[in-house]
Amino acid sequence: MLEIVLFYIASAVALAATIMAMTRTNAIHALIYLIVSLLGVAVIFYLIGAAFAAALEIVIYAGAIMVLFVFVIMMLNLGEAGSQREQQWLKPSIWLGPAILASILFVELLYVLSAVEGTASVGAIPVKEVGLTLFGPYVLAVEIASMLLLAGLVGSFHLGRRYLERSDEFFNQPNAVIKETNESNDSNEAAKTNEQNLSNQKTAPEVAWKD
Amino acid sequence: MEGLNVPLNHILLVASMLFAIGMLGLMIRRNIIFILMSLEVMLNAAALAFVAAGAHWGQADGQIMFMLILSVAAAEVAVGLGLVLQVQRRFKSLDMDNANRMKG
Repeated sequence: MLEIVLFYIASAVALAATIMAMTRTNAIHALIYLIVSLLGVAVIFYLIGAAFAAALEIVIYAGAIMVLFVFVIMMLNLGEAGSQREQQWLKPSIWLGPAILASILFVELLYVLSAVEGTASVGAIPVKEVGLTLFGPYVLAVEIASMLLLAGLVGSFHLGRRYLERSDEFFNQPNAVIKETNESNDSNEAAKTNEQNLSNQKTAPEVAWKD
Repeated sequence: MEGLNVPLNHILLVASMLFAIGMLGLMIRRNIIFILMSLEVMLNAAALAFVAAGAHWGQADGQIMFMLILSVAAAEVAVGLGLVLQVQRRFKSLDMDNANRMKG
């Protein structure tokens, strides 16, 4: 019974945080709400006896993937002056919502951990069984997942490489930056010509590599 | 019902609501970063349904599928964020309506 109440609280927090995340206009604020939503789902996992899945949800989803989002958003550095935004981030109205939702989850977690006997462990699937199943019948799926991750690595490297080379150009030639920002109004044409220039520049070393 | 005190249909209800919110976000937002976040929410809802079903029947298979979904999400977000960088570089904005033509 108690477990059900805790489940309802956690799922209400997750749903509220998800709705808030989808309706924010600032990407970072949405990201904070999204992390709270993932934490709520992790509490649900814990309550239904999938403790290992809960740990993975926090470590990989709320940790690694969200950090990737933060990196990219910070790297894009959208509009506005940096210091002004920093000041804006410290306003309570921005972090209060996620903090309240996260503290509800935290109190719930403390309660569950202090009342270990009787709740949350009735039909828990042991991690050992998960591991045996993963590397037993599902070993082919592990191989496929590894190939998928490799493809993701190669793909993201290929997509991000040109961006990184471009920022190198920016740092090396300050004149090019000014020219670039002036032309940014008709962005399609400018982007296309820059693209051609870039590909022309790049053909030489690529041919050299092939030899 | 073995191994689960929470009713399965309630968990599936929560999972479907999360999925619906993610899908709604996918449809109403035009910022590519928000589109990727909505995709994350939808994948997460699917993973929740898998884990709940696995817990309901006392099988570990649900958590295996959760891990596979996790790796799919990681690969998807890596490639998607690479695309975000390209879109930002090419169109100087993150609005996906700028990219509604192929070969633009």
